[in-house]
Amino acid sequence: MTQPLNYFKETPSQTAGPYVHIGCTPNFSGVSGVFHEDLGISMTNDQTEGHRITVRGMVFDGKGAPLKDALVEIWQADAKGFYNSPSEMRGQADPNFTGWGRCAGHMESGEFVFETVKPGIVPFKDGRPMAPHITFWIVSRGINVGLHTRMYFPDEETANATDPVLTRIEHKSRVPTLIARKEGDDYRFDIHLQGDNETVFFDI
Amino acid sequence: MTNEKRNQGAFFPRDRNWQPPALTPPYKTSVLRSPQKALLSLDNTLSEMTGPVFGHNIIGDLDNDLILNFAKDGELPIGERIVVHGRVIDERGLPVKGALLEFWQANAGGRYRHKKETYLAPLDPNFGGCGRTISDEDGYYYFRTIKPGPYPWPNGVNDWRPAHIHFSIFGDGFAQRLITQMYFEGDPLIWKCPIVQAIPSEEAVKQLIAPLDMGNTIPMDSLAYKFDIVLRGRRSTMFDNRREGN
Ligand SMILES: [Fe+2]
Repeated sequence: MTQPLNYFKETPSQTAGPYVHIGCTPNFSGVSGVFHEDLGISMTNDQTEGHRITVRGMVFDGKGAPLKDALVEIWQADAKGFYNSPSEMRGQADPNFTGWGRCAGHMESGEFVFETVKPGIVPFKDGRPMAPHITFWIVSRGINVGLHTRMYFPDEETANATDPVLTRIEHKSRVPTLIARKEGDDYRFDIHLQGDNETVFFDI
Repeated sequence: MTNEKRNQGAFFPRDRNWQPPALTPPYKTSVLRSPQKALLSLDNTLSEMTGPVFGHNIIGDLDNDLILNFAKDGELPIGERIVVHGRVIDERGLPVKGALLEFWQANAGGRYRHKKETYLAPLDPNFGGCGRTISDEDGYYYFRTIKPGPYPWPNGVNDWRPAHIHFSIFGDGFAQRLITQMYFEGDPLIWKCPIVQAIPSEEAVKQLIAPLDMGNTIPMDSLAYKFDIVLRGRRSTMFDNRREGN
């Protein structure tokens, strides 16, 4: 026998179910008057620094149908590459930018939309720069453990080509699943849960 | 004080044998919504080790009181009054302070207040079904509510969800993000539920079953259930600052 290590096990995940909006975006779901406003609906204010962007997209199932009950959260650095987080030790992030957004897919179309700023460069753990990116987390009915992925920018070809995460992807044909499309002034980032274009999801 | 250095390391990898797999065919919706390719395993970067923080200023007085936060003046929702409480800790057993917890649930009859909900059980005009709170310095949290009812759902022809409360939890880093469900001790529906059965081991399922906690009941008022939550722990960084060479 040895001494016990005394680690605990992480609480098992369960699906967010079809009514995740009641808890996470209650005003959107029709439960009004409990919370003043839904969390994560605005990431910026009129003093936020950086280039304003709109990111929109949908989450598709294995038959190509858009999910209408998904909840998408994003987390990103500010325009200078700092996270608005107590764990950010490198410097002070823009106080007028939260870095975190939450959006319920539209109940008819399934589309999510984020009004944010383009993130700056964040270093990888060995100091190499990571190309500008936004972390995505997707939950819904039928998803047992929330899915992590990243969106990169189509106008950052040089930075993307040396990004330490993108270059780790063994099948290069899958890299484009992480790169948004420019659509007018917006970026479109569609997420495919299955199929030929299945998005690269991370165990991270 | 906890060791600050220790709190800056990457998170322990998620134990995918403890967590439910993506594809669990008896839970039918998972069939078309489960990624089929292997996940890309990566050690955390700053993008996952950091995460948003929520101040107590976002929390209203009744946010952790589902008995009162939707009720009309002088009225109360119908059902068993309960307190749910516990601690948010990490895999090392350290308290996760300042964690935002959000909850949602059906009413005592098993009916959700949602535009797309069609179950014939009635809405309770005094029950909304959502709440939130932030854990304190010890990781402790509590809220009170009405015990939710079980409800049927379209999966098999006669599948019922055990009584449950949905939880969403934020830790210190975005990699810890978790959504789960709390079940109630003694409910025979737990072991028949395809969503519960997505979890591979009985031991892991038990981690989601809150025991009746007579020590924290409020006599002549409310029963209590205890539900502790464990988020991913952080690796030690005790040698990360050592200079090699220069
Ligand atoms: Fe539910």
